[in-house]
Amino acid sequence: MALPTYEEVIAKWDPVLGLEVHVELNTHSKMFCSCATEFGAEPNTQTCPVCLALPGALPVVNEKAIESTILIGLALNCKIAPYSRFARKNYFYPDMPKNFQISQYDEPICFDGFVDVEIETEEGTKQFRIEIERVHMEEDTGKSLHVGGATGRIHGADYSLLDYNRAGIPLVEIVTKIVPGTGKYAPEVAKSYVAELRDILRGLKVSDVKMEQGSLRCDANVSLKPIGSDVLGTRSETKNVNSLRSVERAIRGEMIRHAELLNDGKKVKQETRHFQEDTGLTRSGRSKEQAEDYRYFPDPDLVPVTPAAAWIEELRATLPERPSLRRKRIKEEWNVPDKEMEAMINADVLDIVEETVLLGADPTKARTWWLGEISRIANDKNVGVADLAITPADVAELVALVAAGELTDKLARQVVEGVIAGEGKPSEVVAKRGIKVVNDDGALMAAIEKVCAEQAETAEKVRGGHLPAAGALIGAVMKETKGQADAARVRELLLGHLGVS
Amino acid sequence: MIRKSAVEMAGALAKGETTSVELTQAHLDRITAVDGQVKAFLHVDAEGALAQAKSVDARRKSGEKLSPLAGIPLALKDVLAQKGVPTTAGSKILEGWRPPYDSTVVSKLKDAGVVIMGKTNMDEFAMGSSTENSGYGPTFNPWDLTRTPGGSSGGSAAAVSSFEAPLAIGSDTGGSIRQPAALTGIVGVRPTYGAVSRFGLIAYSSSLDQAGPFGRTVLDTALLHEVMAGHDPKDATSINAPVPAVVAGAKSGDVKGMKIGVIKQLQGEGYQKGVQARFDESLQVLASLGAEIVEVDCPSFEYALAAYYLIAPSECSSNLARFDAMRYGLRTGDVNGASAEAVMSATRDAGFGREVKRRIILGTYALSSGYYDAYYGSAQKIRTLIIQDYAKAFTKADVLVSPTAPTTAYKIGEKVDDPMAMYLGDVATIPVNLAGICGMSLPAGLAEEDNLPVGFQIMAPAMQDHRLYQAGAALEAALLSKWGAPILDKAPALGGSK
Repeated sequence: MALPTYEEVIAKWDPVLGLEVHVELNTHSKMFCSCATEFGAEPNTQTCPVCLALPGALPVVNEKAIESTILIGLALNCKIAPYSRFARKNYFYPDMPKNFQISQYDEPICFDGFVDVEIETEEGTKQFRIEIERVHMEEDTGKSLHVGGATGRIHGADYSLLDYNRAGIPLVEIVTKIVPGTGKYAPEVAKSYVAELRDILRGLKVSDVKMEQGSLRCDANVSLKPIGSDVLGTRSETKNVNSLRSVERAIRGEMIRHAELLNDGKKVKQETRHFQEDTGLTRSGRSKEQAEDYRYFPDPDLVPVTPAAAWIEELRATLPERPSLRRKRIKEEWNVPDKEMEAMINADVLDIVEETVLLGADPTKARTWWLGEISRIANDKNVGVADLAITPADVAELVALVAAGELTDKLARQVVEGVIAGEGKPSEVVAKRGIKVVNDDGALMAAIEKVCAEQAETAEKVRGGHLPAAGALIGAVMKETKGQADAARVRELLLGHLGVS
Repeated sequence: MIRKSAVEMAGALAKGETTSVELTQAHLDRITAVDGQVKAFLHVDAEGALAQAKSVDARRKSGEKLSPLAGIPLALKDVLAQKGVPTTAGSKILEGWRPPYDSTVVSKLKDAGVVIMGKTNMDEFAMGSSTENSGYGPTFNPWDLTRTPGGSSGGSAAAVSSFEAPLAIGSDTGGSIRQPAALTGIVGVRPTYGAVSRFGLIAYSSSLDQAGPFGRTVLDTALLHEVMAGHDPKDATSINAPVPAVVAGAKSGDVKGMKIGVIKQLQGEGYQKGVQARFDESLQVLASLGAEIVEVDCPSFEYALAAYYLIAPSECSSNLARFDAMRYGLRTGDVNGASAEAVMSATRDAGFGREVKRRIILGTYALSSGYYDAYYGSAQKIRTLIIQDYAKAFTKADVLVSPTAPTTAYKIGEKVDDPMAMYLGDVATIPVNLAGICGMSLPAGLAEEDNLPVGFQIMAPAMQDHRLYQAGAALEAALLSKWGAPILDKAPALGGSK
């Protein structure tokens, strides 16, 4: 039997989602020791007795990680527990030095929150509320590299290499309650949820949120039930979903795979599956039929986490504006067309444009500079706009100079080049390069007369009332004055000269 | 010189009558002479000790102001990590491991100029009460070499009572300092939980473990207590408060008006006749010094042993998971492309002894889903009840007392096949650990029937450790004048000269 199409799946089945997102915090030190956390360091250079689990070593909680986790909880509308504990999750695996992971079990630090996400559909914008079950802290494991064998998996490998640099990096796990009622939009809702989380976390500056580096990882739980049924189906848990697009593909793929099994009267196995980036399919991982017994118990080496209510309120007061609401506000306030808004988000220039506007620049002008000329230069250099030596203050100054008539747009582009080349602030570049709008009517008139003589035929047309032809003459005058003239003044003088003002 | 107290030795050092090198060498010679019989040490670091002694002598010579115990030799239980020195916790699974770091206790000893002579034998991972569970063979009681010195810190206790070291460090999870102190006729203190850093103490049961001092006198023990205690940011359970005035307590030795509570549940039936007699005699001595003796009731103590044997194994089942052949210690079975899992399993099978395996299995079971509430959960509730019993008792008394152990030292091999009988030996010491408070054992004399030492246990509330020393010093002084000589003078001579 052929795979059912997505349309056939959703005609019969109702998907239920559950999403677990792991976020690596960007703290300078690890969760329970003072080792550095930099990504990509030489293997096993960022380790110590604690994160290598040498006999006698003890963990001590990183306060900054607790602060970051509380911020995340608050941003996700969670309640913050006045008392929570760390627990040990016991299982043996070579990349886990202690053979238990310090995590939180029945006493998470944040619980009962929600995130609203919007998706665009053919029926208009639809909003879904994703309820958050819990946000808790834990430590990452080390990394295993299985050498030899076909699949890069431990099975069939000749030997394995272990890198404990990642062992003990603070992780925050964000777990949703089951998400029902998304119907055919399930894959898109999941993707939007992860995107929204990513934006929120980026806004909080608590994580690098780079899915490709694994600092944001998503496990997607999917089950199907017959439409109208209250009974949940058996779920599969897909791991290794490393991009937003993959979230969508993995869920769609799992829905189809489940439906095929169920249509056939077969059962879905409760298991962990691994997403295959190349095929978009999942393959079976370890079976969860016999649920592993992790023998959780409160970690006796650590004391309970008891954040003071006043501290929580202090943190709440520092929360940035919710990214999606901010985007909505900015779009309205600056009157930005959809396409432009999208372009700003994709180019990641929203922050920098807003800063420029806050420094007094006109929003449209500010946006045009950052998205246009400056982005073009950044692309050429293969860097981000933020990496260029031009600041929002420079752009604000530039916009002001143009508005005051001291620079033309064309001259301003030269100034941008100068600023990026490190020649100083816009006013300094103007001074150094001797860039100046030609305001001397005498000099302009000389140029106009010259151009009209050279292009006598065109000048005649204008004289005869055919105004569009003036454009060519104005262009030529601008060229003659090397762009330093104010085009409006040139037009005025030219038309006067030809007697058609 | 080696038969003197640490205080007397320190005096001789200060006066220039001897040097730390001489003193250390004298003890190393004693170790050479008698440790073949006692087997207190797993590793003697003669070179390191003499180097340390030499450095202290040089500092003293240059006029530097040194800590009171500077230059005094000490024996360290092999459960504490010492940089570069073999550290095994009495287990074959750690044979040959040399830590790349110092435990906080070792750092403090080094800072104070205390000379660490070597690592002492112990029950594997501190699991046991006789030192017979060591992966390296038992330690023998200097009072009678056919008997155990108690445990798990049996090596440290035997070293002090055989004059191989004037001071030693042990650890006490269920009585592992107090019980061997009792069985070898010396002083041993388990400080308040959190008073001494656990950083670098190889964990058996994290919520119960605590390192503490051994000495032949109460004052010696107090001086060592003061050196090793104090807040440590590397241990999250370390108490951030000043060290109780234990030395002042030991020097005052005044019990006039002190209320001393006798715990009803920790005497009488099950206690050896001579043990009970010495205990009663000590009570009378304390009363004669002006203390008020009251009886207190601690009904939950009946369940202490059961709670302990759920909590400690549960924690150890997780604490000992790290011994997996991956990063350090023993590795066996790594042949013919064996999987990591198979190597872990083979190594743990070969490296752990029977008692350790028994407790890992017990703890794994107690934490299992479906059993957690019935076992671990209930044990924690009992723990709370015991804390409440103590709290109530301490409203009626300043310190509480009991015999330290129900019997004197028993024969090697006598209880190895009967774990329950062995476990019962800790019935009087375990409640202190469960409540996280402090306790001391000091010699109360010899039992008439076997001429072996009897321990008298004193217990005080958390961070009131100075009360132990105050009451202990009073009893010690009174008993000494009664006996006319220190109790260890009655111990038989060992192979070497006495």
